[in-house]
Amino acid sequence: MNGLRAATAITLLTALTATGCGGGGQAGGAEAPKTLTYWASNQGPSIEADKEILAPELKKFEQQTGIKVELEVVPWSDLLNRILAATTSGQGPDVLNIGNTWSASLQATGALMPWDAAAFGKIGGRDRFVESALGSTGAAGSDPAAVPLYSMAYALYYHKKAFADAGIERPPATWDELVAAGKKLSTGGKWGLGAEGSNLSNNIHQVFVLAKQHGADFFDATGKADFTSDGAVAAVKQYVDLMATDKIIAPGNAEYDKNQSLQDFAKGDTAMILWQTAAATLESHGMSPDNFGVAPVPVASGTPGTGRNVNSMVAGINLAVFKNTDNLDGALKFVNFMTGDEEQKILNKTYGSIPPVKAAQQDEAFGTPALSVLRETLATSAAALPQVPAESQFETAVGTAVKELFADAASGRAITTELVRERLTKAQQQMP
Amino acid sequence: MSRAAVTRRRASLPYLLLLPAVLLELLVHLVPMLIGIVMSFKELTQFYIRDWGAAPWRGLENYRVSVDLDAPVGRDLLNSFFVTCAFSVLAVALCWLIGTTAAIFMQDAFRGRGLLRAVFLTPYALPVYAAVITWAFMFQRDNGMVNHVLHDQLGLVDEPPFWLLGGNSFPALVVVAVWKTWPFAFLMIMAALQNIPGELYEAASIDGAGVWQRIRKITMPSLRPINQVLVLVLFLWTFNDFNTPYLLFGEAAPERANLISVHIYQSSFVTWNFGAGSAMSVLLLLFLLVVTAVYLLATSRGRKSRA
Amino acid sequence: MPSAPPRSYVWARRVFLTLLTGFVLLPVYVMVSSSLKPLQDVSGKFRWLPSSVTISPYIDIWDTVPLARYFVNSLVVAGVATVFSVAIAIFAAYAVSRYDFPGKRVFTVTVLSTQMFPGILFLLPLFLIYVNIGNATGIALYGSRTGLILTYLTFSLPFSIWMLIGYFASIPRALDEAAAVDGCGPVATLFRIVIPAAIPGIVAVAVYAFMTAWGEVLFASVMTSDATRTLSVGLQGYATQNNVYWNQVMAASLVVSVPIVAGFLLLQRYLVAGLTAGAVK
Repeated sequence: MNGLRAATAITLLTALTATGCGGGGQAGGAEAPKTLTYWASNQGPSIEADKEILAPELKKFEQQTGIKVELEVVPWSDLLNRILAATTSGQGPDVLNIGNTWSASLQATGALMPWDAAAFGKIGGRDRFVESALGSTGAAGSDPAAVPLYSMAYALYYHKKAFADAGIERPPATWDELVAAGKKLSTGGKWGLGAEGSNLSNNIHQVFVLAKQHGADFFDATGKADFTSDGAVAAVKQYVDLMATDKIIAPGNAEYDKNQSLQDFAKGDTAMILWQTAAATLESHGMSPDNFGVAPVPVASGTPGTGRNVNSMVAGINLAVFKNTDNLDGALKFVNFMTGDEEQKILNKTYGSIPPVKAAQQDEAFGTPALSVLRETLATSAAALPQVPAESQFETAVGTAVKELFADAASGRAITTELVRERLTKAQQQMP
Repeated sequence: MSRAAVTRRRASLPYLLLLPAVLLELLVHLVPMLIGIVMSFKELTQFYIRDWGAAPWRGLENYRVSVDLDAPVGRDLLNSFFVTCAFSVLAVALCWLIGTTAAIFMQDAFRGRGLLRAVFLTPYALPVYAAVITWAFMFQRDNGMVNHVLHDQLGLVDEPPFWLLGGNSFPALVVVAVWKTWPFAFLMIMAALQNIPGELYEAASIDGAGVWQRIRKITMPSLRPINQVLVLVLFLWTFNDFNTPYLLFGEAAPERANLISVHIYQSSFVTWNFGAGSAMSVLLLLFLLVVTAVYLLATSRGRKSRA
Repeated sequence: MPSAPPRSYVWARRVFLTLLTGFVLLPVYVMVSSSLKPLQDVSGKFRWLPSSVTISPYIDIWDTVPLARYFVNSLVVAGVATVFSVAIAIFAAYAVSRYDFPGKRVFTVTVLSTQMFPGILFLLPLFLIYVNIGNATGIALYGSRTGLILTYLTFSLPFSIWMLIGYFASIPRALDEAAAVDGCGPVATLFRIVIPAAIPGIVAVAVYAFMTAWGEVLFASVMTSDATRTLSVGLQGYATQNNVYWNQVMAASLVVSVPIVAGFLLLQRYLVAGLTAGAVK
């Protein structure tokens, strides 16, 4: 029955697209359902906090449209498995949040509604969104599998006091400066930089950007894995060397995978971290916003930009419509609501992220010193992770390789180019 | 009622009694199992999981990849297999040894025995997540209790070692598994000990046998039947254990502690390649079938020849 | 044992049990002490004693995740699964231990062999079966407690049946025959003779079935929604994207475990007598 209704709805949408007429169509002549199921990801301090944050907004939506949204905040530990279950069975939510790096993987399953021009038309058009955020919504050349909801970018967070004490006047803009500063700061049980060595995704984010800076990509133009190019090897080696040879990362960071590096930073044990949108979390660890500064992640030239001057991945959360929804019209209305200027401001403010919607982004709330760095990075020097179906395999294979290299470095083993290449070769052989 | 009808009812009664169990086993274990085996012959990647019927058949290709020792997938699987064997044997042996020793020592009454029994059962009652996360907490390199004792307080090591990375991850995994599982062995054996008739001990005692001899000559042989099944069940559970390694190490377990269930999870759920994951599972199942058959034959024969 | 054990034995016992108690209690101590520490303490260098004792983790746990709901879910799922598992195992074990019929061996061997199935192999197929049953009949198994109950009760069935077969077999047939002479049918015999004689074994099986359902993580993570999520999965909510509330995890674990351990202690007497006969024929 569900399948039938969904099929009718999709047929109807196709018909609408073909004839170019918009407006709220009545699905299959039947009465439009008055509820929607929405799976939100955990963005706030806890699942309960997310429910409290979203509840008033969903109420607003109900008042505007009469559609009641049944919210479930799915923990990150379960989200991908739940999407998998929904995909295989066709029984899932109507609208859901996905990590934006999953876009191409999930797009390949065909479970998500493609955002063609007509669909975009219902939410005010593609042009409303920031271009870099749209870059992480699915494979190039096909209709996006989702639309951007919250955007995040990497930045360098540093301790103002530690810098002042060490006589460092401004945050490092190049890697050489970062290493030099790190060495000055790594004394007396304190360390220059924090890292999250056992967190596969974080490893990927870092080496992806470094590879860009070395002019390399982990996938070639045809979407084939290419992990062992000189640039990729150099990038991975450079990242691990921050612990192995520069010794500005504490060896213990090799096992971190629960954001312990943020805790260390908040406690003042490390002076710098490279992190995405960390301000809210740091404050939740009891750190006053006056105590830390935010600067762009270093690049070799000192000036972030495109090409070799990329200094962040496009991080964020996308909003997708499940193809099997029996309330496509309502789902689109909901996406329209969530990506509307007003909601974008409210939600991104609460979560400490940047709106991927141009108009909302210009709000002065996102112009604070901490957030303007992120906004600038997203606008000018962020690149999307490879939009390939095998993205999750890539994260697992290369992320694990970096984790193992960190473990080697922490136990004092020399990190040679050969060793890095060997690990990356093995990672590449695991790709389908 | 005719006699024939009564007989018929009698004959059908056992089947009637078995019916619920059979239906549930079919629904939850056997049919999904068969579907799983079918999956192992298909190319069930993310491109096809939405419509399994349309997924192309791959024949034995998934199996070939799994056992191809020239490629990393096959080598990793084999490595993981050996790690799991070593882990299971060690964990089961320790669980059994600790459980048996504790049960025998607690056979006769002493002050505080009841309390101690309760203490020993606590690990069994804690939610798995709570137990494992606590151990992960204790095994942290810089802030964990284990290194605090070994390095800061006793000074046994110069550098605090890693427990969740590298070679030490294996002993760490064994310790957690044993901590969680031994109370079950303890319970089973403690119970079995109650059934040994007291006269046996008395007779031995009159013959002048000491306490150690009595344990060797009476207690241990009496435990044989329960040991046969206990060890088998413990082995099967440990071998298939997913929760402990997954919660301890996350989705990328260190090579030395890469248990096969996590490995298969990574090859199927993380990368959404269920054909390959199923093929590995089927291979695992075949191995366990063989082990069980050989084990049961060997232990049963041993028991018969003794009798 | 008849004579007083020698000193060497007493000392070996003392040393062994002391060490073992230490091993068992160490993590429990860490849990208790961490649950009384402020978050800063827990995320810093380990210390045996809290720098300041706080009970706020015990208050915060209820706001971070809907702990009470998860607890009730777990209790309902594990409780109902246990009742059905035990009942079904009793019938099956009675049939096997009291009757000879074709297929008996096939049944016992098949049931035991399910213990070898790697959960990962049939998680997804089982999920699909539940969804299809739901689509065909309207009985919601996916995302509901019912589905989880069915799954867990089947998980504990094989071992329960096997244990009860042994236990029932050890109850003298003479009792059955006496009942038959008194005019009891087979079912009445089961209820009036066998079950009362086997109460300890049944309690043992029940505890095992309960703990199996109580701790399961993998199937629960796929098959539950927020409304039906069980504790074993729900506790992971204390580790969020940005933060691990170690002190709250430990506090919550202790809070939910106390009733279970208490129940355990109450049943201990039966359990010890019960596990016996199941295994030893």
